[in-house]
Amino acid sequence: MPWGFGVSGADDAFEVVIGLEVHAHLRTKSKLFSPAPILYGAAPNHSVHPVCLALPGVLPVLNEYAVELAIRASLAMNCDVHQRSIFARKNYFYPDLPKGYQISQYEEPLATGGWVDIPIEGTGGTAHKKRIRLTRIHMEEDAGKSIHDDAIAGSDSTLVDLNRAGVPLIEIVSEPDLRSAEEASAYLRAVRSILRFTDVSDADMEKGHLRCDVNVSLRPRGSDEYGTRTELKNLNSFRFIEDAVSAEIARQTQTLREGGKVRQCTLNFDPQSGRTSVMRIKEDADDYRYFPDPDLIPLLLAPEQIERVRSELPELAERRTERFQSECGLSEYDAIQLTASPAIANFFEAAAKQHGAPKVVANWILRDVMQALNALEWAIDDSPLSPDALARLIRMVDEGKTTVKSARGLITELVESGGDPEALIAARGLAAVSDAGIIERAVSEVLAENFENVALFHSGEEKVLNFLMGQVMRKTQGKADPARVREMLARALRK
Amino acid sequence: MSDGIGTLHELRAALDARKTSSVEIVGRCLRRAEASHESLHAFVGLRATAALREAEAADARRGRGEVRSPIDGLPVAIKDNMVQAGEPTHCASRILEGFVSPYTATAVEGLERSGAIVIGRTNMDEFAMGSSTEHSVEGPTRNPWNADRTPGGSSGGSAAAVAARIVPAALGSDTGGSIRQPASFCGVVGIKPTYGRVSRWGLVAFASSLDQIGAFARTAADCAWLLEAIAGHDVRDSTSIPEPAPAYSGALRGDLAGLRLGLPKEYFAAAGADAGVLSAVRDAVAELERAGAKTVEVSLPHARYAIATYYAIANAEASSNLARFDGVRYGHRAAGAKGLTEMYCRTRSEGFGAEVKRRILLGTYFLSAGYYDAYYRKAQQVRTLVRGDFERAFGVCDALVTPTAPETAFRLGEKTSDPLTMYLSDIYTVSANLAGIPALSTPCGFVDGLPVGLQILGPALDEATPLRIADAFQRITDHHQACPGGSA
Repeated sequence: MPWGFGVSGADDAFEVVIGLEVHAHLRTKSKLFSPAPILYGAAPNHSVHPVCLALPGVLPVLNEYAVELAIRASLAMNCDVHQRSIFARKNYFYPDLPKGYQISQYEEPLATGGWVDIPIEGTGGTAHKKRIRLTRIHMEEDAGKSIHDDAIAGSDSTLVDLNRAGVPLIEIVSEPDLRSAEEASAYLRAVRSILRFTDVSDADMEKGHLRCDVNVSLRPRGSDEYGTRTELKNLNSFRFIEDAVSAEIARQTQTLREGGKVRQCTLNFDPQSGRTSVMRIKEDADDYRYFPDPDLIPLLLAPEQIERVRSELPELAERRTERFQSECGLSEYDAIQLTASPAIANFFEAAAKQHGAPKVVANWILRDVMQALNALEWAIDDSPLSPDALARLIRMVDEGKTTVKSARGLITELVESGGDPEALIAARGLAAVSDAGIIERAVSEVLAENFENVALFHSGEEKVLNFLMGQVMRKTQGKADPARVREMLARALRK
Repeated sequence: MSDGIGTLHELRAALDARKTSSVEIVGRCLRRAEASHESLHAFVGLRATAALREAEAADARRGRGEVRSPIDGLPVAIKDNMVQAGEPTHCASRILEGFVSPYTATAVEGLERSGAIVIGRTNMDEFAMGSSTEHSVEGPTRNPWNADRTPGGSSGGSAAAVAARIVPAALGSDTGGSIRQPASFCGVVGIKPTYGRVSRWGLVAFASSLDQIGAFARTAADCAWLLEAIAGHDVRDSTSIPEPAPAYSGALRGDLAGLRLGLPKEYFAAAGADAGVLSAVRDAVAELERAGAKTVEVSLPHARYAIATYYAIANAEASSNLARFDGVRYGHRAAGAKGLTEMYCRTRSEGFGAEVKRRILLGTYFLSAGYYDAYYRKAQQVRTLVRGDFERAFGVCDALVTPTAPETAFRLGEKTSDPLTMYLSDIYTVSANLAGIPALSTPCGFVDGLPVGLQILGPALDEATPLRIADAFQRITDHHQACPGGSA
């Protein structure tokens, strides 16, 4: 570590205080105040509308589905959703902000209060939960993108792409309840999981669906007052967050140790050097001249509407993990693995329901399916493999119609290209040899070819059975049902 | 001015009687607009070719018996702050030079759907900020009654064009009196409907919570036709009134029996207005009483705070609304600027006129940290009180009558160096915008050869009552028929 501190959390003398502002894109078809479609990967300035371009005379109209998603996220994070909230203008000049103001919420946000529980490791490896309180969740629109890249814009100019301008966001502001870089990252993971399980956001950090600003300060251990904080902007991966926060904690620790003062500022993190550097000193708070947007009326929600969204809330990862343990008899570890994303949890549940033995299905998914997916760098929903196909394949193994080995060999193909397991087993000649005649013939051939080993067996060396088993399996190209082979071999040897 | 264009009703009758055609009418309007350009300067742009083509289409429709509305085939002018696809919209500002809109304002769509023909865009104070149409990058419009006088503003071009019989009707916008005050100065009828009655989609915003599109014409009945074409709910404007607009023409029965007219005592105080103006307004009230209306004195105790409240709110909103004119996407951009900040500063310094800059600066100040509560928040609180004044007044009367402006048309240049005096020109009109209620101005006499306007205000959603009163007044008086330069 460049600052010479390996610790990411507490130092002996100082306590770390961290709060996060998380921005998440809402999964809507169109923008927050404009009918322009949201098309990731569209050519620059091709998913825009006069409203996103802030042409003279245009007016915003609120996307009601975005409101629904924001309510859902707020309720899933245990917030108090307000029956009245206000959209306000945050005024500042920047080329990728076409109106010269961002429509956000300020004095009266959509939701306040709430919390997110994060898992933390206690002393001696015991796991427990820590509750991180939320200050508020509010809705706002995203800005466009300024492209300063010389290769694209030329050395002297900046290009503006407004495809992202107006994409709906929620900003989730936490209380300064986090005490280490690991907690910050665990909190962000918990938030991401909730956003995904509620289908509010794809929450993909690489694609910018989820962005995060981190406020960090230190205070003498035991102090009630907060120290001066710095803000780390736009951290776009979990790795960066932990590294950046650790680096900033180290920087502040060193500053304070040397008797210096931390100045309020905005920092940039350079992942290459692992260092934070000052982007902007904040002498005073920025003056955004917030005021209620006169083009929009107050957002009024009926209590019934809020309650309807609450009643339709999907089961979150935490609850599902518990259920997978209690109902399916999975270990905590396996249950957590199978609730890493709503897609994998849904896949598991569907396959388990179809097959009937959840633990068996869980093993197949966690071992073989995951391995195949990882090799392809795919998520489960990238794969054409259906839960039904997996369940059928496992059932063929159960019924001795194919062997474990054959089935495992087929998983990669099913994950990559899909297909009907029965048809593939037949086409690849992977059907288990269950014809007693064929196995019996193989057994007698093996016994004839290995009379020394047969003699050893009879002299009490029962381990030899395994060697003979292998020989029979080889003769049947691994397609014979091993249980059957063992049974017939044993019977033949006893003759 | 003997070839002056008739009213919408007269032109409709002539078309129906096959005495004329849309092509002929539109051609005459265009010729008059061009002929008066030097002397009056009411227009900043004409769409001659498109308008004549549309007139031909309207004539063809009429030939097939497919008349879309009473104003089908009739010419209308629009203020230079309403967009029409394929046409420039400059708000009389350099900052929008070269801008051509790819889309059409809802109100203009309403005209198009009704078959009305937009012949051109009228001059205005830059971004509708002003009361004289002198703050225009294109130069001032003159008052048809006296070329040394302003037509009022900001919709001075629309008012002058209708007064000079260039066009029978025009659209304007009214944020603090920008339709009614020029209507008063030019001797025509101008109505600002209830806030939200006409969609603001496609109206370049000055102050969003106050802006409202309305109509100019020479009679209340013509205004009713025009409103019927442009009013109604619009999903593209979140502040649009959900209820459908009433059929205004049907309300013009000419009967005022039993109607209660409120006279706000604060508006008739001798100190406020020109004596000649007050006398003309009192005479008009007497006429209305003779026609069967009863009068009652009412009080609007917060009226004296209206100007200050209005300028705080309007400028605050304007400072934010005009931020989009930054040289990045359209309009003027300063040449050769080094770096972003210089580009912004020079673009906006070059692109905006002095009055617009003054208001942006004031508005920015009102919204700044530490001042917001003292100005913007306080102004919103007073606005609620002003609205309450009107609600109480409408508890005892059906409409209010007042002078529209404290004076008749002032001289060009008279107030340009004294913004505060200019702002007081709106003293009787801004309250209707703060309260969101409908109000119109109708001609009620002359002082030294210059028109005087009578303002009639109605409760929210009720444009019909002021229109009905103005129509009845026009049936028993002839002030609205007087024509600048003599015979009609």
